[in-house]
Amino acid sequence: MAVGSPLKIIAALEEAGVPELEIICNDTGLPDKGCGRLVTNRQVARVVTSHIGLNPETGKQMNAGEIEVELVPQGTLVERIRSAGAGLGGVLTPTGVGTIVEENKQKLTIKGKDYLLEEPLSAQVSIIKASIVDKAGNCIFNKTTKNFNPVMATAADLVIVETEKIVEVAEIDPDHFMLPGTFIDYIVQ
Amino acid sequence: MDKKQLRDRITSRIARELKPGSLVNLGIGMPTLVASQVDADSGIQFQSENGMIGVGTVEPCDESVDHDITNAGGKPVSATPDATYFDSAMSFTLIRGGHVDASVLGALEVDASGNLANWIIPGKMVPGMGGAMDLVTGARKVIIAMEHCSKDGSPKILKECTLPLTAAGVVDLIVTERAVIEVTENGLVLTEKGEGFEVDDIIAATQAPLTIAQDLKTFG
Repeated sequence: MAVGSPLKIIAALEEAGVPELEIICNDTGLPDKGCGRLVTNRQVARVVTSHIGLNPETGKQMNAGEIEVELVPQGTLVERIRSAGAGLGGVLTPTGVGTIVEENKQKLTIKGKDYLLEEPLSAQVSIIKASIVDKAGNCIFNKTTKNFNPVMATAADLVIVETEKIVEVAEIDPDHFMLPGTFIDYIVQ
Repeated sequence: MDKKQLRDRITSRIARELKPGSLVNLGIGMPTLVASQVDADSGIQFQSENGMIGVGTVEPCDESVDHDITNAGGKPVSATPDATYFDSAMSFTLIRGGHVDASVLGALEVDASGNLANWIIPGKMVPGMGGAMDLVTGARKVIIAMEHCSKDGSPKILKECTLPLTAAGVVDLIVTERAVIEVTENGLVLTEKGEGFEVDDIIAATQAPLTIAQDLKTFG
């Protein structure tokens, strides 16, 4: 819930009042935390997410028809983004079979088991959060702040990383980086 | 029974169900209490959807803790010495890929076929499924921890779920304050009754047909 979110850039988006955003995120955080702030500030037109339960504002705007919400199982969400970043045509997952999640989706039977075809999901801009980034853009994400950050960096035209710390190239053992700097276009501290 | 007694009974019974050395995911609410019922030397590890194995206890949300270590609800938690952290793709590889031995979670409704509904009440409560659909689809064993009846006294263990499903045919075991119920190919089997409850009361509070195990035991 807003853990590993780029809070400074979210605050800047809020201040700039960028309207009609379409957001892909694991959850809409809390009304005053994470990308939930952008929902509260009525800057979000559409959201693709797995959980809105801790942000009543999202549900309220959804019921009033002011925001479009596409709910996706968390494991499916990450694989849809990963498949976009990895050049795949989607993923086959058993998650959602026999539920309303399978509506309007192709169902395939592989070796006797049913799967849903879930399509790739990408964005124009990916805004991620790292703990340490070197000047070549190589990223380290502390502990449970990794979550969707590395995968989201692979599936957008433009990638901006907000970091707690910027270090010189070669200051950190390259073995420790979790995301190659090749994915990063801008570093913000 | 007061709430605490009820929760202690359910969670301690579930703790006995977990095999030493297994990897377990606990859902929000009552299931998280299972962690404190497990022996420290059991080798049981807890996994969290947001990317962690080795989840410890929930910590106070103040300056004394590492805010980069959280559970799936975003709360700061302690980590065991053998803890590891990973991204969401790896986390759901563990979950969906059958590497999590048991998933313990709450339910709004469970039915005779092992169908589970716990993520939405259309028009009333739409929190989203989070990782629940993946967990119950992928975990080797799905254990439901819940009160036997809803707040108004109506049954939650039904012939057929009425709410939209989280997944079909996935539940293995239901543990309530009144009963331990196994889901089998032939329907639900009452294997243990809670101390202080009679079989007839349990049948009356359960809409789905129950087969009574030959060697019915009592748990307390």
